[in-house]
This record gives sequence, structure tokens and C-alpha cells, in this order.
Amino acid sequence: MLLYKEVRRFWRVFAQTVAAPVITTLLYLLIFSHALSNRISLFHEGVSYAAFLVPGLVMMSVLQNAFANSSSSLIQSKISGNLVFILLAPISPFGFFAAYVLAGVARGLLVGIGVWLTAVIFFTPELLHPRGVLWILIFAFLGSALLSMLGIIAGLWSEKFDQLAMFQNFIITPLTFLSGVFYSVHSLPAFWQTASQLNPFFYMIDGFRYGFFGASDVPVLTSLAFVGAATLILGGLTWKLIDQGWKIRP
Amino acid sequence: MVVFSRHTLFIMSYAVQFESVSRAFGETQALNHVSFSVESGEFFGLLGPNGAGKTTLISILAGLIRSDRGLARVMGFDAATHPMQARMNLGVVPQEIVYDPFFTVRETLRFQAGYFGLMRADDWIDEVLSHLGLIDKARLNMRALSGGMRRRVLVAQALVHKPPVIVLDEPTAGVDVESRHALWAFISRLNAEGHTILLTTHYLEEAQKLCGRIAMLKKGNVVALDHTDNLLKRFSQSLTVRLKAPRLPLAWASRALPLPSSDAVQITLDRYEDIEALIAAFRQENIPIDRFSTEEADLEDVFLRLTGDTDDKAAPPAATKEHHA
Ligand SMILES: Nc1ncnc2c1ncn2[C@@H]1O[C@H](COP(=O)(O)OP(=O)(O)O)[C@@H](O)[C@H]1O
Ligand SMILES: [Mg+2]
Repeated sequence: MLLYKEVRRFWRVFAQTVAAPVITTLLYLLIFSHALSNRISLFHEGVSYAAFLVPGLVMMSVLQNAFANSSSSLIQSKISGNLVFILLAPISPFGFFAAYVLAGVARGLLVGIGVWLTAVIFFTPELLHPRGVLWILIFAFLGSALLSMLGIIAGLWSEKFDQLAMFQNFIITPLTFLSGVFYSVHSLPAFWQTASQLNPFFYMIDGFRYGFFGASDVPVLTSLAFVGAATLILGGLTWKLIDQGWKIRP
Repeated sequence: MVVFSRHTLFIMSYAVQFESVSRAFGETQALNHVSFSVESGEFFGLLGPNGAGKTTLISILAGLIRSDRGLARVMGFDAATHPMQARMNLGVVPQEIVYDPFFTVRETLRFQAGYFGLMRADDWIDEVLSHLGLIDKARLNMRALSGGMRRRVLVAQALVHKPPVIVLDEPTAGVDVESRHALWAFISRLNAEGHTILLTTHYLEEAQKLCGRIAMLKKGNVVALDHTDNLLKRFSQSLTVRLKAPRLPLAWASRALPLPSSDAVQITLDRYEDIEALIAAFRQENIPIDRFSTEEADLEDVFLRLTGDTDDKAAPPAATKEHHA
């Protein structure tokens, strides 16, 4: 029920939560694919820069929207005080956790599908039939779940919108931009290549891209191991924080 | 096993139980070893001035905040160790008016019922809505409602799962007179149907009219716990004098409480005979009395005497009464 409500919540403001991110991402695509197409070296011969960029942008919007959904829903409920209705109900900590994670996943995937479809229609028809749909789904699911969890933690932790914005500006945005959305990490200087390999977002995007091209910067199983482990660890932590009523049952 | 069930039975006879509940917020001791129990079917009043700890106590019962020590039980279920069962048995109307601006009245109630595992609760929702005079507002967004209507939606939300114990935290604050009476009637009916009611209020008239038993809190301590009748009886010998004078005789000055809405003061006497002593004191010091009236004790006097400090200028309850009225 909580999941249903959370989904209804973002659906009700569809223009803001789904349509707007799709359009923003397409603008990125338009600008970057024109501006950078000649300067970026890619891992794979025969893949255009636009085609390379699209999976990265799709994944980026999946991740950002999953985070935005759980974090903004929680902080809004906290600030307006209506979180009390959920806290008063016999919803188990795991139920709470699962509802917020899955609602974030739902919005992330919805935006992701929106971006992918419009990109396929207008820019890169060759991406209509990706090679490994299963890989795509696995990485999209794990990535959006992970970001939903981060969103839950950020939403629990923040007391004001600007604290949430801080979390977003200093953690989420840098990690997404330094994860190889716009370039293949092989094109980076050695130091940044190593730095990227410590960024869990890099593995999400690399694994996701593998699903489209069957090629990636690191072996897909390595990415899966990293992302899977991160999801499990962060999931356990988030569940525990909810169970303890961290910041919400003082 | 036998021992266990007997034990359970014993606990079950109370709808609500507080055992030595304490909670501090930094330096503030919001609750200090609060103990009392409410039996099934009772209409119980929890009274106290602002900051007495009423909301904190209720929040501990509802599992919204933790206690530092002590036990809070709902229908025998410990709010800390068996939160799911405790919440299942409890309906809480929070003090603050809160709502989710994304949804309509009906959606709000459907979701709330859903949180309690009730997927087809529309008949009951309709019934609650019509009793609360909200049925024609069911399709409106929560944002479109007035404060009083939102308050009634809060009441409806607390009732969606038909909880045996209903806690209302100052439900009539800021509600107009008419809806206040409608709400009283509705709560009384719930009580008559067997629901246990725990009501916190500033309106002493409300407590006097509705509650069979009352606990009074002051600065986190229970200062009175008795049947409403007894509380009134205990003080029925006493008499309240309101008077206005340029100053007060020295001996009486410390017993006078300022009345917030006028420049008069109020003095509570334990016995009728004390009137003579009071007037004699004025004569002796040659102070003229501008105005003078007496009143029999009502719950408000009990309240003032138990919770008011003459040295404590923080809003006396009478002020709150005026403020909300
Ligand atoms: N979250 C909190 N943080 C700090 N102090 C609090 C908090 N909640 C309540 N208090 C303090 O605890 C005392 C009791 O408050 P409360 O339970 O709201 O009283 P009441 O409901 O009787 O007006 C007050 O002194 C209040 O300032
Ligand atoms: Mg209160």
C-alpha cells in the first residue's frame, strides 16, 4: 500500500517527476553529442558517440530519479509532518524500506524507458535492439535500488531541503558525472582512471552499457559483483537505520 | 504456558498502561516517572498546561518517540517491543494538523486503511466521513479544506482500522464551537460503543463534561489522578475569589494568581470562612477593593491549584483557554 501510494505520488505530478527529466536528459544528449563527438575516443569501433552517450544518459537519469524520488518524498513528508501517518501504522521496517526503494526503482525505470525511447526515435535507432536486455534490466534495477537507498538515507538525515540539496550536489552529482557517462574512462589520464574504478557509479553505467554493446571498460561480471555487493551492503544499512527509527523516531 | 496466559490476561484488562515512563530532551525532563493505567472502555482525560508532557507521553505510547525508561502498553502490547501489535490497537489523532497535499480526502483514508492491511474499507470510510460531516468533501483535495475540516480528517484517519484504543491530542483546539460539539458527540458515541478514549485537552469544560477519570500532568509529573467527580468533590469546599484592588495585603499576595484577560487577580480559599480573614486583611492595610466576586470550585480551579505556580509566570491554563476559545 505504501508502495502504491508512493507511486501515485510521483504519478500525480508526472510532468515534474517523469516528463521533465526525460526532456532535460535529451537536451544533454543534443548538446553533448554535437559538442564532443570529435574529441572523445571510444572503446569500441563502429559505435557513434551519440550511441555511446545514450546508455550513459539513460542510466544517469535512472539513477538521479530513483534518488530524487525517495529522498524528496521522505523530506516532504518529514517537513509537512505527514510522515506520522506511516509511523503510526503497523508497517514493518522492511515494508517501509521496500516500498520506498521500489517506488524509486519504478520512477527511475520509467524515466529511463522514456529517455531511451525518445532517443531511439530521434537520434539513435540502432539502439532499439540492445544485445543483452537482461544485463540492462539487472543493472538498471540494482542501480536504481542503490540510489533509492541513498535517497532514503539522505531523506532521513536531512531536516531541510538545502541539506538534501547539499547531499545531492556534493555526493550524487559528482559521482554520476565522474562515472563515464560522457566518455569512456580509457580516455582519461591514469589517475582519474584509477579514481573512477573506486566509484560504484562507474560500474553501474559500465555494466548497463555492456547490455547495449556487449563491450565495456571492465568485465561485466566485475561490475555486477561491485554493484551487487554495494546494493546489499547499503540495503542492510538502510534497513537497519529504518528499524532503529534513525532521526524519525527520536 | 498456563502462567504465561494468566499473566497476559492480567495485563489485558488495561487498555493503556504507563509504568514509570521517563523522557528527557537535553536539560528538559519532559516526563518524570509517569505511571497510570486506563481500563478498557474508559473515557480518560489527560490534562496539563502547555509543556506538561502530554504530547510526549502520547508519542511514546504510539511509538513515535522513545522513552528513556519505563513501559507503555496498548492492550497489553509493549509499544517498544511489540510495536506492530500496539499500533494495530491504537488510533492517534495528532496535535498538529498535518496532511498529504498530493491526495484527496478519500484517497488519504484509503491509503491509511491500506497501511493497516484493510484493502476494502470504503463502507466504513463512508460511515466515518458522514459522522464527521465530511461526506460531501470526500472528493476534494486535502489542500482545499479548512483547518477544522482537516482536523476532522485526522480523526477519521485515526479510526480507519477501528482501533479499540483511541488517543486524541487536543482534538478541539482551533475548531469552531459547532464542530467541537459534533466532535464531542461523535467521540462519546465511540466510547459508548466500547472504544477506550484517552483525550488530552486544554478545555477543562471538555474534560469535565466527557471524562470519567482524569490525570493531571505538571512539568512531567502526575499531580492528580482520580475520578472527575472526586477531583471536584475534593475541592468543593473551596471557593474562588476574583477581585481587583490597587494592591494586595502582604500576607495574601503570594496566593494570588493574575488573571490574564483583566487586571484582576484570583485567590482560591480552602474554606468559606477564609473570606472573612481576606477582607479583614484588606481593611487592616486600608486597601480599597474595586471589584469582588466569588465562585464555586470547578475543574479549572482544581487545575489551577494543582498546576499553577504563583512564582511561575508561564502562561496559566486559563490563558490558554481564552486563547483557544
Ligand atoms: N522534540 C523535542 N525536543 C526538545 N524538547 C522537546 C521536544 N518535544 C517536547 N519537548 C519539551 O518537552 C516538554 C513537554 O512537551 P509536550 O509533551 O509537547 O507538552 P504538552 O503536549 O503537554 O504541551 C516541553 O518542555 C517541550 O519543550
Ligand atoms: Mg501537546
